[in-house]
Amino acid sequence: MEKTRPLSPHLTIYRWQISMILSILHRITGVGLGIGTLMISYWFISIASGPKSYSTAQWFFDSIIGKILIFGFTLSLVFHLLNGIRHLFWDIGLGFEINTSKKSGWTVVILTFILTLAIWLSAFMIKKTYE
Amino acid sequence: MKENKKNLGSAKNGTNHWWHQRVTAVALTFLCIWFIISLTVLTGATYQDAYNWLKHPLVTGLSILVVAFTIYHLSLGLQVIVEDYIHTEITKIITLMLINFSCLLIGLTCCLSILFVFFGGN
Repeated sequence: MEKTRPLSPHLTIYRWQISMILSILHRITGVGLGIGTLMISYWFISIASGPKSYSTAQWFFDSIIGKILIFGFTLSLVFHLLNGIRHLFWDIGLGFEINTSKKSGWTVVILTFILTLAIWLSAFMIKKTYE
Repeated sequence: MKENKKNLGSAKNGTNHWWHQRVTAVALTFLCIWFIISLTVLTGATYQDAYNWLKHPLVTGLSILVVAFTIYHLSLGLQVIVEDYIHTEITKIITLMLINFSCLLIGLTCCLSILFVFFGGN
């Protein structure tokens, strides 16, 4: 590519706003979830490999690092899922108005935290029943 | 040659990429809700519980769908990101190849593990 070609204004001149932050986060969480598929693969492999491997996997997922990774995975997945639904509505031509898209954006953010919390609380309560 | 929308665009595959991204997105919306609930319920489950769960034909089937759609959706998404940010042709091609091979490898590993349990391995 020609180095002298004109460039559109650099991203940093824009004031940060919800729409652009969510758009960038959609990509970042997408990549994160892609890396996270390795964790899911490890879990499936551990079931196929027998009780010993499974308990090793369980030990890892129950460790501090494991918990942080799974929490990040849950948060990313819930966000990507909700924001993805928002994108699908845009695809059928709904919710394009600036105010509507700002509102749906904030709804996604709030629901992401509520649902992630709900999933983790349920998981903790369910885990208790196995102990 | 007859012009039709099926072979428009720089990659000459029309709207296929865009459309497949959406089809997999819609499918994954439902599949992910099922998968999240399942994994939440399996938190701290014993080996036997997890094994029996995965062995159920419905679960085996849905799990393979989750893996297949996720991997395809992922490779399509990563492709867009690579095309947006990598402008050197050779680097772009190599990166896309690596992405596709890795995705295929992850998907295959998951599917084989799932099927291994389904067909009663171990």
